[in-house]
Parts: sequence; C-alpha cells; structure tokens
Amino acid sequence: MTSTKADTRSLCCTAVGKTWAPGTARAVHALDDVDLDVAPGEFVVLIGPSGCGKSTLLSLVAGLEQITTGAIEHGGRPVGAAGPDRCMIFQQASLYPWLSVSDNVTFGPRLRGMPKVQRRELAERLLRTVGLAHAVDQRPAELSGGMRQRVAIARALAMEPEILLMDEPFAALDVQTRSKLQDHVIDVWRQSGASVLFVTHHIDEAIALADRIVVFTAAPGRIKEIVPVDLPRPRNPRDAAVHEIHDHLLDLLRDEVDRAFAEQERLVR
Amino acid sequence: MARPDPAGGTAVPGALPIPTAPGAVLRQVGIADPSPSRLRRALVTAGWSLASVSLFAGLWELAWILKLLDPLLMPPPHIFLRDFGSQAKFFDTATIGSASKAPAVAVLTTILATSLRVLAGLTLAFAGSLMVGILVSYVTLARRLMLPMLTLLAPISPVAWLPVAIFVFGIGNAPAVFMVFIGVFFIMTMATVSQIAGVPATYIDVARTMGASRTQTLRRVVLPAILPGLFLVLRLNLFAAWIVVLIAEAVGVGSGLGQIVILARNTFNSSLVFFTMTLIGVTGFLFDYALRVIQRRLLWWEPASGVLS
Repeated sequence: MTSTKADTRSLCCTAVGKTWAPGTARAVHALDDVDLDVAPGEFVVLIGPSGCGKSTLLSLVAGLEQITTGAIEHGGRPVGAAGPDRCMIFQQASLYPWLSVSDNVTFGPRLRGMPKVQRRELAERLLRTVGLAHAVDQRPAELSGGMRQRVAIARALAMEPEILLMDEPFAALDVQTRSKLQDHVIDVWRQSGASVLFVTHHIDEAIALADRIVVFTAAPGRIKEIVPVDLPRPRNPRDAAVHEIHDHLLDLLRDEVDRAFAEQERLVR
Repeated sequence: MARPDPAGGTAVPGALPIPTAPGAVLRQVGIADPSPSRLRRALVTAGWSLASVSLFAGLWELAWILKLLDPLLMPPPHIFLRDFGSQAKFFDTATIGSASKAPAVAVLTTILATSLRVLAGLTLAFAGSLMVGILVSYVTLARRLMLPMLTLLAPISPVAWLPVAIFVFGIGNAPAVFMVFIGVFFIMTMATVSQIAGVPATYIDVARTMGASRTQTLRRVVLPAILPGLFLVLRLNLFAAWIVVLIAEAVGVGSGLGQIVILARNTFNSSLVFFTMTLIGVTGFLFDYALRVIQRRLLWWEPASGVLS
C-alpha cells in the first residue's frame, strides 16, 4: 500500500523540522526535513534510536507541539491545535482514576454533550471491540497494565479519529501482553478504517503491524529509509520474508544507534 | 473459639475461608466494604487508641500517687474530669450573650462556637486558595502580580496578624474566622499551585486531543486530579487552624474555648485548664476524623495508604 498525494484525506508532512528552545544555548534540533505521506487506512510504524524525534513527530501531528519549519496537512488543511480527528495513545494509559472505565472511554463524547444513555451504549460497544466488555463498571485502579492500555485505545476510538497516533503504547508491558495487544490493535485498525502512526523501539513489533516502516536517523531525526512490508497478516516470525526484513532493519538501526552513542559521548566530553 | 459474626450467625470453627471475597478488589481502592475483617481492623485500631490514651493517663496518675506532681498545678485526669458540673459552670460566661444555661449546654455551645469559627475559616481558606491558586497557575498577569506578594505574606505568623484582625474586625466572630483563614490560606494557595504544576502532562494532553476547552480541562481533569492532595493539605492544616482560633479567642473574641483557657489561667484554675485542653483535643480529633471520612467517601480514587489515611 503506497500513499498518493491525490487522496484528499491523507496526512502529508512536508519538510517538517522541529527545534526545541530555538535560539537559546539549550536548543535541540530534534527533527529535520521529514517528508512523509500517510494514506487513509494505512498503518505506518516509526522506528529509530532513542531521542531520534519519532515521538516528537507524533506530538506535532497531534497538534500538542508547534512545528518549527515545514508543514503538516491533513485532508488538505494544515493541522492546527490538538483535535479529536487525530487521537493520541500514550505510553502510559493515563486513564483518569476518578472515572469508571466506561466514563473514561466516553470522556470525549461527554465533552461534546452526548447524553448518558448513549454514552453507556457507546462504552459497551467499544469495550467489546477491545475485549473488555466485562470491565465496563470497574475502576482503572482495578485493571492490569494491559487492560488499561486497551481502555485507552477504546477511549481514542470513541472520538472516531481519522488518524490514531500511538506513542510506544506497549513499551511498559510484558512480552505476552504486548503480543496480545498487537492483535487487538490490528483488529481495531481494520474495523475503524483509521490511519495509524505507531512509534516503537521493537523491530518485531514494527514488522508484525506495519504496512510501511519508517526508519529514522539519530538526532536530528531524518528519514533514513522507508521499508514496505507487503506480507499478509498475521505474520509468522519464522517466515523467511519476515527474517529478511528483520535483518535489513537491524542493519539500518545498528548504524544509527552507533552514531547516537558516539554523539552522546562527544557531548559528555 | 466461636466469635459473633456481623451477619447474625456465629462463625463455625474450622470453616473453610472463602476464596477471594469480592471485597478484596474493592478494598484496594478504598471502597466501603462491610466484611468482618474490616470490623475487626476497626476494633483493633480503637483498642490501640484506647491503650495509647490509657498509658498516658496511667503514667500521669502514677506520678500523682507517687507524689511527684503537685495536684494543684498538675491535677491528674481523675481530678480534673471528676466534677463536670463545677468545671462546666465556667463555660456559662464564655458564650456571647450569656444567659444562664445548664452547664452541659454551656459546654456544648462553647465547643460549637469555636468549631464553627474553625469550619468557617477553613471553608473560606479552601475556596479562596483554590481560586487564587488557579488564577496564579493559569493567568500570567495574575502570577506575576500576585505570586511575589503571596510568597512574602506566607511566612508571617498568624499571631502577627492578630492586631490587624482586631483593628479591622473588632471583637466577635469575624476576627477569629479571619485568623483561621490567614493561618491556612497562604499554605493552601502554595499547595494548590504546586498540585496544579504536578498534574501529569498526559492527563492534560489526553483532554486536549479529545478537543477539551481550557475550562473543560480545568473542571474535568485538573480539579479532580488535585483535590485529593489538597484535601490532605487541608487536614494537615486543621491543627494549625485549631491553634490559631484559640489564640484569637483568648485575646480578641471574648468567647469560645480559647477564652476559657485564659479565664482558667487568670484564676489559677489548673483543673479547668486541663479540662478545657481535653475538650479541645477531643474536638480536634473528631474534626480530623470527619475530614478523613469525607476524604474517603468523596475522593475515593486516591488509594488509602499510610498512617494519615
């Protein structure tokens, strides 16, 4: 699946750059000249060494931070402030502990004034999609880490976003839970038809999920290579084609991680 | 040994324990759960409290028996608590517009007068500090204009405010309420500002990506996120409020428990001093207990933990 500029609903990042604290001694050049188009319904995974700015790109798309140079357009219009068409899922589930699971899920619709009865129905339906129908009346404190992250996904789905932004959502989870949740994400993605921008450190996770894998260089983050994964899902880790992509990604990343380390040592001296 | 069971029956000796009662999960988040173990824990806590008080009173009585303490200066509990009527008669003059009342009524009226002053001062301080704290946190102009002044006023002891309270408010309830307010307001304002600064950034970011306005974020995210912390600060400052109200009453108000303490000092009535101290201690304890119950009921999502909850 490749993106086409012609599609009016796609997300287009053009020459995007981001500098933190520009013009000061602490200025950090995080992103440089990033061109990336994401087609509607496409699953794109961003991967790269720590601090390469892949999470920054997500915050920029979400509208949580302002871009320094370039432009990000969604549906032909520049993305402005944060909005419900681009919903973000964070590494920590960040459920509100004072709300029940169902009230967490329908937090967004409630802001828009959805009546209580409808909210309840919506919460039940969305929790069913992430396999948590039984947890509708529980409190976040009663759930495990993996369950909380599923509630966070249901909460994002409640906004019916066109783009789902996922910032290392499973980084804090154990391997088994992680692989279960990857299956959930694929289901949710298929059902919702949203595009997904997914940041991860894990090559295996990237290959399991992505239509295309975007590999970033060490800081300042630039796109090093875009690796398409044209394999039917679910993907078997023992498959030769998967192995080939895995080795290729590993080579790409090893160079960058080495460079990132060298850069850090230079800074320390 | 069979022990009575709150459900009505008697626990069967050797009965199998019920595996994972539904209450187990609820207890984790501090939701009321009427299981026998909860009752037992309450009784154990009460028992230790009683033991703590008994130990203290017992040592005092022992010192009296051994003639280590002068009963005129340091009368032990059984002396100053013995004659309620004769102590209570002093409270008759301690309430505003004192018509002759039954001693017990006079004692209760006095306690009530002081308690209401504490309550009024705390309520005003809580509401005021919440408003000022939010202003300082979110309005740049307010922060620049108010924060330096607040930081300057905060370390001034409430006692230094006492003359101001009397100049401005004269005599009566107002200066005492004002003193409580002053004694708590600045600390609560600083606490509000720091609590707001401590709200996890992702809580706010989640609300922003959901399209929440600033007011919605404040009302639905920031406020519930800071309330448990603020309530704990309020509880810790309850004791400060009690200290301050007694000073105000002793000097400028002319009624209440603080007035009785001063009356007792002036008439060299040590029994009355300790009697009133006991009343103050018990009332302060009940206040704290009430706040704790409110905290648990209203702010249930903050897990109960530590000796203060």
